[in-house]
Amino acid sequence: MPRGRAVGLGALLLLVLLMPFALSGFRLFQFTQVCVYAMVLLGLNLLTGYNGQISLGHGAFYALGAYTAAIMIDRWSVPYGWTIPAAGAACFLVGFLFGIPALRLEGLHLALATFALALAVPQILKYFDGWTGGSQGIVLSKPRAPLGIPLSPDQWLYYLALVVLLVLFVLTWNLLRSRPGRAIVAIRDNPIAARAMGIDAALYKSLTFGVSAGYTGVAGALGGLAVAFVAPDSFNVFLSITFLVGIVIGGLASVPGAIFGALFIQFVPNYAQEISKAAPWAIYGVFLIAFMYVMPDGVAGFLRRLAHRAGDQARPVRPAASTTPKGGQHAHT
Amino acid sequence: MAIDTFLQQVVSGLATGGIYASLALALVMIYQATEIVNFAQGEMAMFSTYVAWSMLNAGVPYWAAFLGTLVLAFLGGFLIERVIVRPVEGKPVLTLVIVCIGLLVILNSLAGWIYSYVIQPFPSPFPRAPIRVGTVVFGPHDLGVIVVTLAMLGLLYAFFRYTTLGLAMRAAAQNPGSSRLCGIRVGRMLGLGWGLAALVGAVAGLLVAPVIFLEPNMMGGILIYAFAAATLGGITSPFGAVVGGFLVGVIENLAGTYIPFIGTELKLTVALLIIVVVLLVRPTGLFGHAVVRRV
Repeated sequence: MPRGRAVGLGALLLLVLLMPFALSGFRLFQFTQVCVYAMVLLGLNLLTGYNGQISLGHGAFYALGAYTAAIMIDRWSVPYGWTIPAAGAACFLVGFLFGIPALRLEGLHLALATFALALAVPQILKYFDGWTGGSQGIVLSKPRAPLGIPLSPDQWLYYLALVVLLVLFVLTWNLLRSRPGRAIVAIRDNPIAARAMGIDAALYKSLTFGVSAGYTGVAGALGGLAVAFVAPDSFNVFLSITFLVGIVIGGLASVPGAIFGALFIQFVPNYAQEISKAAPWAIYGVFLIAFMYVMPDGVAGFLRRLAHRAGDQARPVRPAASTTPKGGQHAHT
Repeated sequence: MAIDTFLQQVVSGLATGGIYASLALALVMIYQATEIVNFAQGEMAMFSTYVAWSMLNAGVPYWAAFLGTLVLAFLGGFLIERVIVRPVEGKPVLTLVIVCIGLLVILNSLAGWIYSYVIQPFPSPFPRAPIRVGTVVFGPHDLGVIVVTLAMLGLLYAFFRYTTLGLAMRAAAQNPGSSRLCGIRVGRMLGLGWGLAALVGAVAGLLVAPVIFLEPNMMGGILIYAFAAATLGGITSPFGAVVGGFLVGVIENLAGTYIPFIGTELKLTVALLIIVVVLLVRPTGLFGHAVVRRV
């Protein structure tokens, strides 16, 4: 790693670690939310960016994660720490099962089915009101730091989300460089060739769906804890669209893109809201279309190209990191 | 008595089915022409309905506003295809889906911005007094919807079957290369296809607004049912989409009446189930055909 980059990363890490002591509770909550969104975007990108399966319904898995945690804490008094992996596991299972019929649905059909899922979620949540508290939702209390660590709940949640996010980042990086990771990308680039080379496309696609949903479930649980409240109407179809906006802005098939995307979907609507209630969505829509025209590989891809042009030869371009239509490098690596 | 309820439910199911059929037909028309599932179809219909609402508020008589809206919807659809969709034609599916979702979001927020999110009543052109046939009571709006939908479908059928322009549009959708060699302006035909789809969607919006009221998110549920209808009938078959629409409308109503745990609360889940089951059991739908590709 070149020295300049190491210094930059170190400074960034320090900034991120010290943030809880410099920001007010609400600002900090916003950054916790950024970590949570980044987890969702990592998972969604694994599925949509790397594996080429379009999901317009990841809000459903986010809701499932949040409700799994909320119900376990509220109804069964499970310590919150256990609910986060439990939410991940529940979503992995449901995602894997949803992935099995989804296998037969290519491209558009999958987009349709997941879009329908996203639309149906609030109704389903309200229907099982014995568990979910109906449209009233479930109120949670923010968890305190364990072992008497002198941190406020907001600070503790921030660090927790940050650590989970870092773990998921490392997992994703390693997954994508492993044999299964290459199989995942190969299925996207040329399903028939991938199958001919002995990749079990059915299994890998379902597994990718499961893993992606699992990430989203973990994020949902943390998000629910951070907001300390879950209600059906916050998990509507627009939440799923927000996630889609996140990966498009951050960069399809880019791991660091998750951060840019998460920052965008957390902060841009906040500022746009001051213009009009509808303004955030107008901006989302314009960005979605504009990015497809001029920056199809998102902010991450744009920065990568800038760095490349600046002659930073020390960074090899990862083959999986390109979704540009040219994509010639896939064939040669 | 039981048979009365059944008949009433079937007729009102056919009425909502007509609306689903119109929107599903719009989806299929666009899919056939450009291989895009237009996720923004519902919002285009919603926006057209708001345009009609503005005209009505300005004192324009109903049927004049109706016609005016159709013309504007047609132009709007044409422009959207030519300006927004055209640059991404032939791009990967993901790009197309994202652009359509972008369009959905823009139209939705634009409507919210201009007209606010307050729910507005919307007039029905049909008389209010219920129509009695024996002991069965029918809503006039329901019957009106069925008549208008069927008339529109008949007109569309005649257009595509008997006019040169209709033939050219079908040709451009089926085989753009050869059509271009025959002198058909393929790009313009695709635009016309979007325009017509927007027009058909606008009719659906105008007909459904008196029932579910006017607000920017009104078409969400309708769109998912139209998806279900198009999937059930076969996304490659206009005839199938229409049959699927009526079927889904009737299924929805009967399921809501006779299966106690569904009621009105799980209606969207019924649509989701229809979509998933059809895609699993018969992905081409009832009347669709499998698309064979050379690789």
